[in-house]
Amino acid sequence: MRDLTLSQAINEALAEELERDPRVFLIGEDIGLHGGAFGVTKGLFSRFGPDRVRNTPISEAAIAGAAVGSALVGARPVAELMYIDFITIAMDQIVNQGAKVKYMFGGKARVPMVLRAPFGAGRANAAQHSQSLEAWLCHVPGLKVVMPSTPADAKGLLKSAIRDDNLVVFLENKHLYFQKGPVPEGEYAVPLGVADIKRPGRDVTVVATARQVHAAISAAEALAKEGIEVEVLDPRTLWPLDTETIIASVKKTGRLVTVHEAVKRFGFGAEVAAIIAESEAFDYLDAPIRRVAGAEVPVPFSKSLEDLFLPDEHKIIDACKAVLA
Amino acid sequence: MDCRMYETMVSIRSFEMMLQELSRKGVLRGSIHFCIGQEAVAAGVCAALTAGDCITSNHRGHGHAIAKGARMDFMMAELLGKATGYCKGKGGSMHIADLDLGNLGANGIVGGGIPIATGAALGFLQLGLPHVAVALFGDGAANQGSFHESLNLAALWKLPVVFICENNQFGMTTRLAEASAQPDLCKRAVAYNIPGVKADGMDAREVRRVTAEAVERARAGKGPALVVLETYRFEGHYIGDPVVYRTKEETADWKARDPIPRQREYLLKTGLATETELDRIHADVAGRLEEAVLFARNSPDPDPSELVSDVYSE
Repeated sequence: MRDLTLSQAINEALAEELERDPRVFLIGEDIGLHGGAFGVTKGLFSRFGPDRVRNTPISEAAIAGAAVGSALVGARPVAELMYIDFITIAMDQIVNQGAKVKYMFGGKARVPMVLRAPFGAGRANAAQHSQSLEAWLCHVPGLKVVMPSTPADAKGLLKSAIRDDNLVVFLENKHLYFQKGPVPEGEYAVPLGVADIKRPGRDVTVVATARQVHAAISAAEALAKEGIEVEVLDPRTLWPLDTETIIASVKKTGRLVTVHEAVKRFGFGAEVAAIIAESEAFDYLDAPIRRVAGAEVPVPFSKSLEDLFLPDEHKIIDACKAVLA
Repeated sequence: MDCRMYETMVSIRSFEMMLQELSRKGVLRGSIHFCIGQEAVAAGVCAALTAGDCITSNHRGHGHAIAKGARMDFMMAELLGKATGYCKGKGGSMHIADLDLGNLGANGIVGGGIPIATGAALGFLQLGLPHVAVALFGDGAANQGSFHESLNLAALWKLPVVFICENNQFGMTTRLAEASAQPDLCKRAVAYNIPGVKADGMDAREVRRVTAEAVERARAGKGPALVVLETYRFEGHYIGDPVVYRTKEETADWKARDPIPRQREYLLKTGLATETELDRIHADVAGRLEEAVLFARNSPDPDPSELVSDVYSE
């Protein structure tokens, strides 16, 4: 084990997959010599050349279409959007085309592609560069949606995503790019659709995604001092979702808090709450479910407002105490 | 080749006339867009392609599918929503595809196939395959952002793709001149530093000639071209379209240029075929079509389990 940032872990996964499979190529804005807006593809252009690391114009619909079309004829593109907010320009290719062709064509088509994109607030990027749009994507049958919280998971999940024969949207929290964590040496992959319990506990289940997993762990550490044992559950893949692990955890703790940066209404937390309400875990609930989420506003610029927008350790602690009251 | 294009056009025309009949009988559900009058585009373009080359089509795509080699029985079954259809009844008229034949699919989104053809061409480059991709779209699609983004990227990377604009004069009910600030669409090519060619889309041989030139250029690594084919849909945009947006005289003028009699005349005049041979083509097509309808009508509906299958690849 050595410590890598999430950005370095993703870079390693990309390099290993480019090395392993000649059908894999990268495509995106400024991913060439510059190495991408967040430096994730740094060094890959020099190592693999301009045909494997394709630097594009600012042209999101064409990038997405190039990925969908090349995947349809057997290539395995990994496309990068500079910010998930820019998916609006690429939406037809992702939602109407890539996600649906297999079904529309009666099963004959395959779209083995990955669409990577950074998401999330807290970096003074304001309303058009800070969103968390995972719920839009989870709502579309045909897409898979991955959201890692640690460098080790990011590397292993991305390798699975690249080897998957479906259109996988891989969402990377910008803050996590620069956070280090242990990453195993050598070849490994983390399967899609398997949750990970990041911290076991018996009193309350906190289902958190990406950067909020870390906020939830901090909250759990603080609450442990008060004798409250929080179970922090990281779904890692939002779809396919490991409902079994979530249901088992809630049956054990009898309490559920969900946490994500996306706005609350119609969000991932609402889906998790509904899954519990429809499952046998409902009878085990000792308190109403609480959702901690981004405020229901466009992401504001000013630090004082942006901090208020975001969920944090304290909001998670308050929610846990509320369900335990 | 010339006889085959004739047969292709006759097949497309007969197939769609049969759809009109089935529609009158109330057998067909959903949106059906006819390409009657535009058969020379489908037949000529696909005659310029070789095995491995692929097309992306659009909502008016029956002709493209037939010209790329689709079987009428599987198509008819798809249009009737049957399990034996090209897409097991899950796609219908606007989503017929046969990847084995290089048809990457019709498309319900105007301009949606253009980036996909561009991507397929990129895929051929990445995989080291010598194939060419052809995007077939209408004059309406030329005003979508996807058109401009795709032409720029394809030109920039010299991708083996040919952009074929089937200018049938109307985007649904809106005349080209009311929709495009530059109605001479092939001038759009100038903006992307690629060749722009305009040709008579009512003449299958002319269509094949200009397409073949663009395809071979693309295959040689010289990049894309924009080919604008002037044509006309004899029918409305959809079944029951009151067609208030054009005059009977205009339609009659275009019908006088019908690509099928024109090709027949050429075949007879040059001695490439006799009346008997051409009549046999009509009889063969009619026979296959009759079998196709029988096949489709006798085919089962999709099994209920099909509702949830094919969403994801294993």
